[in-house]
Amino acid sequence: MYQYNDTDQTLVNERAAQFKRQTEQFLKGEISEDQFRALRLRNGLYIQTHAPMLRIAVPYGLLNSKQIRKLAYIARQYDKNYCHFTTRQNVQFNWPKLEEVPDILAELASVQMHAIQTSGNCMRNTTSDHLAGVCIDEIEDPRPYCEIIRQWTTLHPEFDYLPRKFKIAVSGALHDRAATQFHDIGVHLVKNDAGETGFRILVGGGLGRTPIIGQVIKPYLEKKHLLSYLEAILRIYNLFGRRDNKYKARIKILVKESGLEKFSELVEREWHLIRDNLELSADRIDAMKAQFTPPAYEPDADRDTGFTTHQLENPAFATWVKYNTAAHKIAGYRAAFLSLKAPDSPPGDMTDTQLDAVADLADQYSFGEIRSTHRQNLIFADVKQADLFALWQQLDALKLATPNIGTVTDMICCPGLDFCSLANAGSIGVAKEINEALDDMDYIHDIGDLKINMSGCMNGCAHQSVGHIGILGVDKKGTEWYQLTLGGSSENQAAIGERLGPAVAKDQVTNAITTILDVYVKQRLADESFLDMVNRVGIMPFKQQVYKGQVYADN
Amino acid sequence: MQIIKDKQITDDAWLTITDDAELKAGDISVSLARWKKDKQLLLGHNGKIGVRIGPADSVEDIAADLDHIQLIELDFPDFADGRSFSHAWLLRGRYHYRGEIRATGHYMPDQVFYLSRVGVNAFKPEKDEHLPVIINHLNDFTVTYQPSIN
Repeated sequence: MYQYNDTDQTLVNERAAQFKRQTEQFLKGEISEDQFRALRLRNGLYIQTHAPMLRIAVPYGLLNSKQIRKLAYIARQYDKNYCHFTTRQNVQFNWPKLEEVPDILAELASVQMHAIQTSGNCMRNTTSDHLAGVCIDEIEDPRPYCEIIRQWTTLHPEFDYLPRKFKIAVSGALHDRAATQFHDIGVHLVKNDAGETGFRILVGGGLGRTPIIGQVIKPYLEKKHLLSYLEAILRIYNLFGRRDNKYKARIKILVKESGLEKFSELVEREWHLIRDNLELSADRIDAMKAQFTPPAYEPDADRDTGFTTHQLENPAFATWVKYNTAAHKIAGYRAAFLSLKAPDSPPGDMTDTQLDAVADLADQYSFGEIRSTHRQNLIFADVKQADLFALWQQLDALKLATPNIGTVTDMICCPGLDFCSLANAGSIGVAKEINEALDDMDYIHDIGDLKINMSGCMNGCAHQSVGHIGILGVDKKGTEWYQLTLGGSSENQAAIGERLGPAVAKDQVTNAITTILDVYVKQRLADESFLDMVNRVGIMPFKQQVYKGQVYADN
Repeated sequence: MQIIKDKQITDDAWLTITDDAELKAGDISVSLARWKKDKQLLLGHNGKIGVRIGPADSVEDIAADLDHIQLIELDFPDFADGRSFSHAWLLRGRYHYRGEIRATGHYMPDQVFYLSRVGVNAFKPEKDEHLPVIINHLNDFTVTYQPSIN
């Protein structure tokens, strides 16, 4: 994992000091509300329904145990003993006091963390594959490039006041686990015909109100040109992106309105003028790769037989292994998911006690590292198979072992109306009700791979438009209604979900979901996943059952 | 009035000529539209010439004229409009402009560190009391992560 050098540490220290001064000036009335808003957003601070919300950056989802303990401390000292993991692999605190936020940032800086550019119209946290460096389908580890991009985007003087927010995701594997097709820029490590590794660059993807799948703007980019190409895209966007309407200000609208051909002409022209001055040297890349060397794996970890025995003797453990662990490139190791989707807990939330315990477990079983995923769970990436049984028992005691990763109850869910000032409708309560209705683990496992994403408003923080089932809360004359979509996907075969029909009332959402699942169970072919079936039969069979004799809102 | 130039508080004698006003003697700044319209007349002006560039203007339009222009004012109608940051970069990085680039209007003192990095070397304060504040904020950071103009 990347370790700060003096420059990194000085930068976060100076940023924390700057924000402390800005907050003091605001509280004394020396900075206007409007100006302070722009400054605090660039430090992750929103003013929410009940209190400020502070979003902390977790660069490409990597954390160490010391940082997790610091989050636990902040949760205890400055919040109500919990935090929330987001779909950008970040962490949010929902109850900090404005005047204490500078102290929180100073605490974070002491463990090489910050909240820089986690909101506002600027370049946001770079996200990546949560199995980077350990998965079996990797072309090259994306994390060194993530860190190079993180540094380049951080406090970039030219691009901090963009038309709108800007998100970059990097994937190094064949299977896209980073939703790169739904980012302002998606970066894929690929091999060219000569067998060299470089990048395929996508542009103009995005979720939110207008979900659009990103398009390939550069099929193959040599590694040395990564930053110059990003700079060219950002300069064109900064100069020509729309600023007249915030709903049309994302780069996806610029790409759509100019057309990919015209847009890439502008980018190419700009890039040719700057690329020779902004080359990424092989030395710089190698130095960054050295920050992500593999941990000291035990050479004969696969000789252990207890792992198999425990699975035979303990079906609950076997089930957890099946759903909550992933294959590892090193024989004898697996990546273990910590489910933050226990039935009685809001999706993505963790208590201070859980955080502290997880830090200890990470030290014991996974080289002190923890990762957050864009589906709001955590991962220990490097667990010896011989340790999995003991780890499972301890995770189970912490309520972090619900064997539901990738299943219907592994929902992505935004904070919704309960916490967020933008929301039109609740989401946590609905998630809870769906969870209660789906209390039969065997049924959940029979349904298999199914991603439900639920957002409480059009901004779509929970990526509902790419959920296999998407749920979008809307407000109709002061009442909460929910629009359902089917068939979305953020993976390789990216798709935007199709609307099932009119929005359903809040008390009908769970019923609609269970109806959809029943249709699937009855009509699926052998081994056919939910998404495959929706792609085969379309939405009609589901629509007919969901709206049978039901009252729904006019549109 | 006073401005900041090259990190110092200095007196400023430039005259701003609005689009409907007559040209005056001395060092004057005009809008880009005025420059384009009255370029021949302005080239013969007895005094220095400055051009005001708004966020929606294209700096490419004056790229060929930069030898005749001693001041470029980047006007901020709104601090959130970041196009002027790219304009400054283009003036210095692409067109190698060596004259004064001055931020004017409603930029925030908290933005001057970034502005100086992209090549702005002078700041007209929105309020006089901002003069020392701007000088302080030019030193908000001692480290940077990426190349720019400065």
